[in-house]
Amino acid sequence: MDIQTWTFLIVGLTFALYIGIAIWTRAKSTKDFYVAGGGVSPLANGLATGADWMSAASFLGMAGIIAFSGYDGSVYLMGWTGGYVLLALLLAPYLRKFGKFTVPDFIGDRYYSNVARTVAVIAALFVSFTYVAGQMRGVGVVFSRFLDVEVNTGVYIGMAVVLFYAFLGGMKGITYTQVAQYCVLIFAFMVPAIFISLMATGNPIPQIGFGSAGEDGVYLLDKLDGLMTDLGFTAYTDGTKSTMDVFFITAALMMGTAGLPHVIIRFFTVPKVRDARKSAGYALLFIAILYTTAPAIAVFARTNLMETVQDTPYEEIPPWFTKWESTGLIAWTDKNGDGKIQYLPGSAIDGGQPQFVESRGSSGQRMISNASTSPNELYVDRDITVLANPEIANLPNWVIALVAAGGLAAALSTAAGLLLVISTSISHDLIKKQIAPDISDKKELWIARFSAMLAVIVAGYFGIHPPGFVASVVALAFGLAASSFFPAIVMGIFSKRMNREGAISGMVAGLAITCYYIARFKLGWIGNPETATEANWWWGISPEGFGTVGMLVNFLIAILVSRFTPAPPEDVQEIVENIRIPSGAGEAIGH
Amino acid sequence: MDSQHRKKYWKENLKYLTILIFIWFVVSYGFGILFVDELNTIRMGGFKLGFWFAQQGSIYVFVLLIFVYVRLMNKLDKKYKLDE
Repeated sequence: MDIQTWTFLIVGLTFALYIGIAIWTRAKSTKDFYVAGGGVSPLANGLATGADWMSAASFLGMAGIIAFSGYDGSVYLMGWTGGYVLLALLLAPYLRKFGKFTVPDFIGDRYYSNVARTVAVIAALFVSFTYVAGQMRGVGVVFSRFLDVEVNTGVYIGMAVVLFYAFLGGMKGITYTQVAQYCVLIFAFMVPAIFISLMATGNPIPQIGFGSAGEDGVYLLDKLDGLMTDLGFTAYTDGTKSTMDVFFITAALMMGTAGLPHVIIRFFTVPKVRDARKSAGYALLFIAILYTTAPAIAVFARTNLMETVQDTPYEEIPPWFTKWESTGLIAWTDKNGDGKIQYLPGSAIDGGQPQFVESRGSSGQRMISNASTSPNELYVDRDITVLANPEIANLPNWVIALVAAGGLAAALSTAAGLLLVISTSISHDLIKKQIAPDISDKKELWIARFSAMLAVIVAGYFGIHPPGFVASVVALAFGLAASSFFPAIVMGIFSKRMNREGAISGMVAGLAITCYYIARFKLGWIGNPETATEANWWWGISPEGFGTVGMLVNFLIAILVSRFTPAPPEDVQEIVENIRIPSGAGEAIGH
Repeated sequence: MDSQHRKKYWKENLKYLTILIFIWFVVSYGFGILFVDELNTIRMGGFKLGFWFAQQGSIYVFVLLIFVYVRLMNKLDKKYKLDE
């Protein structure tokens, strides 16, 4: 069978599975809809959290980012896993004991204030919308790449599938589909990785393989460092970012991870406090399987690319090169006219993407109109690192189809988790808690369903008309989560003295300074864009890492303000006492 | 449950947290970032040690830390009869 048939078959089967699960796990109450009835086993929740967490960007993009940034890519590896330690130790068990449905629930009750609740709702909506727009786009891109449909058609199909199980099952439907999606995506990621590792080093375990030697007896990493420094790149195992910046970016990603609402709410679904701790462990274990494999794939792919293409005449290039050239992910311009490919430091093109023209060059390559003056002749899209893997390893067609299904599973599961946060924020935190507290459970369930539908439509709209800044605002999502939720929740648990005034002013100050910095240096919306350069960054911290500063400001202001304002009332201090004790969580879940 | 009992439980919990968070900090920010150049002079097979901690070792330790915490807390809960 050809790739196309295999892809339709495997993607069709997985979609049928997701829809089947959705029908089987219909939500019957708001508790089902918001927290899957509170009866998910720690193992299932760990699997679901893994799928929830790993997006299209993790699945398709991360290995590529690392392949093209070497040591600097470590910030994502440590940042997006280390946050789970904070979650497991500092947040998840206590929030589970608290036993409500959402993050704004905790903030609102702990700080006895609807203002605090509203600040939290706004931050949750903002973070989730930023994130989900990218996911819907990701669904469309995966569809267009593997099934030859328009990106927009792909977004519509993705919307329909997510809508189906989010509308019917809420958290319950999402949880059990995510369990299935985790299995699909990890299998799809590992199969090519194992084969590539075998090919490159003879060791089937990629994590060990990339520290081994190839057939020539030279360690793979040494060979790669050598290849790169010979051509004028920085050595793969050395970074180009400053130590200060690496430190701050890693910290911002960790605290951001621990503060992301769609991750936190997953821990409301398990029955007991001890289950919350354990399922955080499972979640990180399942995430770590992919996150420790990605840097290995990165090394194999980068070495392969440099060895295969360097000084190779275009006529002798392997077929995967021309295949991905025809999709626009690779572009080559013969700048020195020798008919061979030279891959050097610097960008081969001006602007973000190659602009192809109709004509072909003298070697038969596709011509582009925006070649740069740099001697580097080759443009390679980072996503190719994972996409082209099965072909480079000569794996059968069904593996390529499997990678498509895996990419879709990753994008759909993350989108669904985020959509649930959005719908819950509207139906629970705004309508039930603030506007109409008297509505019945049944009515709230329907409102939740319709907010999920609304959220899917809005997310789909952003997927089809992506706002120009979406690509660059993942930094914003993590920065905002780090500078708002993380400190507010941690202080709410670990300090009995922290009060309403302190928490609100801390969150507002943290959010404000982070927004300002990103608007100033990342988006260029404030101040003179000419001066928004690296040289003017505060203490050499990039916008990606500034969430850490926002978090510190939040802590500082909150502690300062709380010292000069009255202590929280008795009953709130009682809440804090109570969430520190693990027993009795079962009964606390109701309202 | 009397408050003395709760306080002791909480104190022991905080002690565990401090130790585990310290290890968390050392393997990632310490070995993977601040002292990466020094550790890179040591080799482990084909890996420079600092690079290995940044891209592999820290993640393994993270997973381990959570499961150690789970065990410690389950024991602590039992000791203070707070388990369910």
